Amino acid sequence: MIAASIATPIVDWLALSPALALLAAAALCLLGAVLVPVSVRRAFSAAVAGTGFAAAGILAAVVFGRSPEQQLLIAESLTRDRLAALTQILVAGFGVLAVLISWGDRRRDHVGEYYALLAAAGGGMIFFVSAGNLLTLFLGLEWFSIALYILVALDTHRNASLEAGLKYLIVGSFGSAVLLFGSALTYGATGELGFNAIREATGADDPLFVAGMAMIIAGLAFKASAAPFHMWTPDVYEGAPTPVTAFMSAATKAVALVVTLRVLVTAFPEQAEIWSIAVAVIAVASLVVGNLAALAQTNVKRLLAYSSVSQAGFMLIAIAADNDLGGKALLYYLIPYGAASAGAFAVVAARERELGREVTLATLEGWGWERPFYGAAMWVFMLAFAGFPLTGGMIGKFYVFSAAYEAGWWWLIVIGVVATAVSVYYYLAVVRSLYMRPASARADLVVAGGSPAPDPALELAIGAAVVVTVGSFFFVQPLIDLAGKAVLSLPF
Amino acid sequence: MLTSLLIVLPLLGALVIWVSPLPREATAALALLVAVAEVALWIVTLVGFDFTTPVLQDSAQREWFGDLGVTYHVGFYGFSLWLAGLTVLVGAAAIGFGAWVGRDRARAYFGLVLFLIGAVVGVFASQDLLLFYVFFEAMLIPIYVLVGVWGGPNRSSATITFVIYTMAGSLLMLASIVVFGLKQGTFSLIDAGTSSNDWVFLGFLIAFAVKAPLLPFHGWLRTAYTEAPPEIAALLSGVVSKAAVYGLIWIVLRHFPIPVDHWRTVVLVLAAVGLVYGSLLAFRQPDVRGVIAYSSMGQMSLIVLGIFAANDLGLDGAILHSVSHGLVSAAMFLLAAMLIERTGTDRFADLGGMARGRPALATIVMVVGMLTLAVPGSANFAGEFAILAGVFAQGWGYAAVGAAAIVLAAMYTLRLISGILHRTRGDAVRAESLDLRFVELALVVPLVAILLALSVWPSAITERSFPIGPPTSATPETAE
Repeated sequence: MIAASIATPIVDWLALSPALALLAAAALCLLGAVLVPVSVRRAFSAAVAGTGFAAAGILAAVVFGRSPEQQLLIAESLTRDRLAALTQILVAGFGVLAVLISWGDRRRDHVGEYYALLAAAGGGMIFFVSAGNLLTLFLGLEWFSIALYILVALDTHRNASLEAGLKYLIVGSFGSAVLLFGSALTYGATGELGFNAIREATGADDPLFVAGMAMIIAGLAFKASAAPFHMWTPDVYEGAPTPVTAFMSAATKAVALVVTLRVLVTAFPEQAEIWSIAVAVIAVASLVVGNLAALAQTNVKRLLAYSSVSQAGFMLIAIAADNDLGGKALLYYLIPYGAASAGAFAVVAARERELGREVTLATLEGWGWERPFYGAAMWVFMLAFAGFPLTGGMIGKFYVFSAAYEAGWWWLIVIGVVATAVSVYYYLAVVRSLYMRPASARADLVVAGGSPAPDPALELAIGAAVVVTVGSFFFVQPLIDLAGKAVLSLPF
Repeated sequence: MLTSLLIVLPLLGALVIWVSPLPREATAALALLVAVAEVALWIVTLVGFDFTTPVLQDSAQREWFGDLGVTYHVGFYGFSLWLAGLTVLVGAAAIGFGAWVGRDRARAYFGLVLFLIGAVVGVFASQDLLLFYVFFEAMLIPIYVLVGVWGGPNRSSATITFVIYTMAGSLLMLASIVVFGLKQGTFSLIDAGTSSNDWVFLGFLIAFAVKAPLLPFHGWLRTAYTEAPPEIAALLSGVVSKAAVYGLIWIVLRHFPIPVDHWRTVVLVLAAVGLVYGSLLAFRQPDVRGVIAYSSMGQMSLIVLGIFAANDLGLDGAILHSVSHGLVSAAMFLLAAMLIERTGTDRFADLGGMARGRPALATIVMVVGMLTLAVPGSANFAGEFAILAGVFAQGWGYAAVGAAAIVLAAMYTLRLISGILHRTRGDAVRAESLDLRFVELALVVPLVAILLALSVWPSAITERSFPIGPPTSATPETAE
C-alpha cells in the first residue's frame, strides 16, 4: 500500500476552525442563494454570515486561550499563536459589524452571493494572519483579495462600483505579483519558505535577499494602502458598496499590518536596520500624502479613504519601532481605529440610504441636528481618528509615539505630531458640516421617499462601534494585556 | 473621593442631559442644579481642606495602564483648589446666564457647558501627566462646538483658528509628555523628578503659552473671545486660560528648573511686552468685548511674570490675580452680554449715556471697572502688587514695565466705563433699554461680592496657596 507509507501531517482542527467556520458560512450562503426562497433569502444569508463571523470570533478566542506557546502546524505552513488569534478576533468583530451594516442595503440581486463573499473574505483574512510561510501568505492574500474584488464590483448597476472593482483588481493583482516575486527572490536566496526557517538560513547578505524583502514589504503595503502604494484606495473606497468599504477599511488594514509586523520581525530580524528605515519612510509618506490629500476632499468616503492612508502611516510607525512596545501599540491601535473606521462608514451608509446618492460634506449639512445619534457617533469617530481624549484613538497615538521614542526615532514623533495637527482640520470639517451649518433648505437634500425606515441593525453596529471606540479609552489595561500576550509570539 | 466627585458630577450631568429628552426649561433647570451642586461640593472640599500641609489632599488614585506607569490620580493642593473654585463659580454663572437668555438646542448646549466645567476641574486636579493631557484636550471639544454652533457670525473662522493654535500647542506637549514620562519611568507628577532638556521644556511652554495666551501665540484670542457666546467667552478668558497657570506652575516650574533658568529672560521679556502690547490694544478696541479680550491678554501676561519670578511673592500674587482676573473678566463678559441683550451691540460708537436711569447697571459696571483697573485696595491691586514685588527680584525693569501697564489698564478701563455709561446717549441705547433685572444681578453680584471679599482679605488666598514656598523643584513627596 503506497498510501500508507506517505505520512500525512497532523491537522490541528481547532486552529483552523475560525477559517473553517467562515468557509462553512460562505458555502451555506451560496446554497441559500439557490435553495432558499427569495422572500427570506436576505434574512437567511445575513443570519448565516453573521453567525459565521461570531462563531469564528468565539473559536479564535478559544484558540487564544489555549495557545500560550507558538506552534507551527501542517508542515510549518501555518502558525497557531496568540498574535494570529487576536487579529482573527478583530477580523471577526469587524465582520459582524459589516453584516449589521449590510442588512439595511436594499440589495435585490446577488444577496446570497454578497454574504457568501463577505464570509469568504473574512475566512481568507483569518487564514492570512496565521500564515507561517511565504506560500500560505500568498494563498491567504489571494483568497481574501479575490473575494474583495468581486464584492467591490458587486453593485453592477453603478459604473463607479464596476470601475472600482476593475481598479482594485488590476492594482491589487500588481501588488500580489510584487509580493510573489519578492517571495521567489527570498526563496532563491535562502532556499527556505517558512518565516522561522528564513531567519535561520544563511545567505542573508545576498542582495537578492534584500530585494526580496523589499518587494514583500511593498506587496503588503499595497493591501494596507500605505503611500506610495495607496493609489487605488480613494477610488475603491468610494466606488465599493459602503458596507464593503467599512469592512475593508477596518479588517484588510488590520490583517495586512499585522502580517507585515509578523513577517518582518520573524523572518528578517537581521535586516531590521534596513526595513525599519524603509517602513519609517513609508509611514512618513503615508502621513504626508494621506493628510494633504484628505484636506482637499469633499466626498466623505474619499476623505475617509485618505484618512485611512494616514492612519496606516501611524500604525506603520509602530512597526518601524521594531520593539515589543511597537507590537502592542499596533495591536491596540487597531481596535479603536477599526471600530471608528467601520462606524464612520456605517454613518455614511445611513445618510446614503436616506438620500439615495453620494455623501459629501455639503449633503451632510445640518444633519447632526436631524439625526442626533448618527451625528454624535460620527463626532466620536472623528475625535478618535484625530486622537482626542475619551476615545481610544488618543491612547493609540500615545502608544505609537512611546514605541517610536523607545526606538530612538524622535523625529517620527515630530512628524506624527505635525500630521495629527493637520488631520484635525479635515476631521473637524466633517463635524463642522454636521453641526455648524444650518440645515440646508435645498430640495435635493430632502430624504428620498419620505422618512427613512428605522434600521436597528445599522444603529446596533454604530452603537457597538461607539462603545468600542470610547471603551478602549477607559479599559486600556485589559486590552494592552491582550496585546502584550499576543506580541509574546514574536521574537523581539 | 471628593475630587473625583467634583470632576465626575458635571460630566455625569452632561451625560444625563444629553440622553434624557427633557424640555428646554427642565434641561436648563437641571444644568443649573448640577452647577450649583458643584459649587456646594467645592465648598465642602474647601471646608475640609488643610491649607497648612503641602501634601496632596482629597486624592484618589487608580491604575489606568500600568505598563507605561499611567494612573488616574487626582487631588488638590492649596493653589489648585482656588483655581477649581474659580471654575465652578464662573461655570455656574455661565450656565445661569445661558438659562436666562434661553439658548436654543438646550440639551446640547447645557451638556457641553457642564462637560467643559468637568474637564477644567480635571485639569486642575490631575496629578498624572497623561491624565492632565486628557483633560487639557477634553476642554477643547466642548469649546469648539459651543463657539462653532452658538457663536457670532464669524464663528467658523474663529473656531478653526482657535483649534489649530491650541492643537499645535497641545500636540507638541503630547510629544514632550511621551519623552519626559518615558525618560522618568513614570507619568506621575508627584513621583517624577526634574529634567534639563530644553526641547521637552519648550513643548510644554508653548502649549501653555498658546492657552494663556502669551505674546506671539495670541492670534486666536480676539476672534475667539468676540465670536464666542459671551458666557462662553467668560469661561474661556476667566477659567480655561488658567489651565496654563496650573501647567506652568505645577509642570514647568517644578520639573524643569534648569530650562526655566535658561529661558527665564525670554519668557519674562515676552510677558512684559505682551502686557504692554495687550493693554495698548485694549485701549484701541472699538467694542467692549475687544477691550476685555486684550485686557485678558495683558493680565495673563502679568500672571506669567509672577510665575516666572518663581518666588513666594510672585507665585502668591499669580494665584490671587488668577482668581481675581478670572472673576473680573467673567463678570465683564456677562455685563457685555447684558449690554448686547439691551442694545444689540457692544460698539462704543453706538453706546454711551447708559448711567442715566439705570443705577444698578451703572453701579455694577463701575465697581467691576474699578476692580479691573486694580484700584488700590482691591484684590486685583493686591495681586498685581505681589506679582510686581516678586518680579522685582528678577530685575527692576520688569517691575517698572508692569507698573506702567497698570496705568494703561486704568486708561482702557476708564475709556470702557465712560464709553458705556457716560457721554451723550448712543444711537443704540433706547429709552426702553432697561436697567439690570433681578436675575442678571443675581448672576453678576455674587462674583463681585467675592471680589470685594477678597479685596478685604487677599491673604485668604495668598497665605493658603503654597504652604512651603514656591514649587521650584520637584522633591519627592511623602504620601498622606
